Amino acid sequence: MNSTAPHQLSSRIGLRPEPFGAMAYHFDTRRLVFLKTPALVDLVHSLESFDSVDQAVASAAAGDEHKATLLVAALSSLEEAGVICER
Amino acid sequence: MNVELTKKPVPRLVDQLQYGLSAPICMTWELTYACNLECVHCLSSSGQRDPRELTTEEAKGVIDELAALKVFYVNVGGGEPLVRRDFFELLDYAIGKRVGVKFSTNGYLLDEAKAKRLAEMDYLDIQLSLDGADAATNDPIRGEGSYAAVLKAMDNLKAADFGPFKISVVATRHNVSQLDEFKALADSYGAQLRVTRLRPSGRGVDVYQELRPTQAQQREIYNWLMNQTDVLTGDSFFHLSALGESLPGLNMCGAGRVVCLIDPIGDVYACPFVIHDEFMAGNVRDDGGFAKVWKESELFLSLREPGAEGACNSCGAYDACKGGCMATKFFTGLPLDGPDPDCVKGYGDDALAAVDQASIPHSTQDHSKPQRVAITSARS
Repeated sequence: MNSTAPHQLSSRIGLRPEPFGAMAYHFDTRRLVFLKTPALVDLVHSLESFDSVDQAVASAAAGDEHKATLLVAALSSLEEAGVICER
Repeated sequence: MNVELTKKPVPRLVDQLQYGLSAPICMTWELTYACNLECVHCLSSSGQRDPRELTTEEAKGVIDELAALKVFYVNVGGGEPLVRRDFFELLDYAIGKRVGVKFSTNGYLLDEAKAKRLAEMDYLDIQLSLDGADAATNDPIRGEGSYAAVLKAMDNLKAADFGPFKISVVATRHNVSQLDEFKALADSYGAQLRVTRLRPSGRGVDVYQELRPTQAQQREIYNWLMNQTDVLTGDSFFHLSALGESLPGLNMCGAGRVVCLIDPIGDVYACPFVIHDEFMAGNVRDDGGFAKVWKESELFLSLREPGAEGACNSCGAYDACKGGCMATKFFTGLPLDGPDPDCVKGYGDDALAAVDQASIPHSTQDHSKPQRVAITSARS
């Protein structure tokens, strides 16, 4: 993913809060994607208030580099699944 | 696909789903018990309309609830849903509320005009039922002429450029050998094949023993599915995962946890295959509606408890098969915490042999058409 670009939750996605995090449903591919932690759900929602994925991740990881790596990887697979997209 | 992110161990998704979700993922809504066919294995014993069926306004109320709960799509069936005069009105209403619809039909009423209308709709899937790759195999199960009718419906959808519809096959002793033919048929229409497990539900209880695939055929189904990349199963063959590598899917019984059924009169059951008072959780007409039934009914809460100790718990295959299908066990008279009749380790056979056939439960809703009795007048 181009982590220097601004991203957002895709308009083709329905997001439903669940005890473990959230469930995303893609209205075009009809696929379900599970976001398995509340932290990841918060990060996805925060994307649209940052100018890049990197900035959003930096804010969420708060200096924890390992966490930042995991977050970027998670966002990258969400982009592949069409849950988030560049804006 | 799943996205995991954590440093601490988080329970596996399947374990979390055992405790239920804020709303179902895969819910079925049978719109009417009326049907123009009388399939021998009908899971809902459909045939005649029930006078208590939800009105158009009540059905719209259910759609409002599903939208509020973020149920993203609903599997609509029956009976034959196209028999309902308000079918298109309800379809438009649901899609307008972003509740997608996948509806099952026998195709008889899917003429050219309806196919065109359906092709113009977004967020709609159609599933056509077919139980034999030729009329000789299909029609004894689904009715005389039903093979020709469903092929005509497929032609209509293709001509209307509907896109990839689904062809849904219930695997029986007579059609397991035709799996490649079904796939070729689906491919020729650009359709997607769906193969699901026969359950002894509804009228299926009467034909289960003669139609259910043999143990050798179960293995054939498993091997065949493992070699496919684009065949849907509704996650219905998870009991076969004990044969080796797990089949794709959640591989668990979702009843009351991720799955449920709303029947035509608004009763809510744990899954489409257990239309029996013992698995009825409430009614959408009750105070609090569907949401309260899903979130608070005693039945559903109990289904979300960890499984009770049972015969399967000590079996090495339990993690793979989870003891199999609750509905299949119930309607064959087997204990719910014991093996599935089609247990691949063979434990189901002994259990079945011990069942008193007279004690086998039947669905508590039966809308089958009255038996036609041939009346002959004799003149002396």
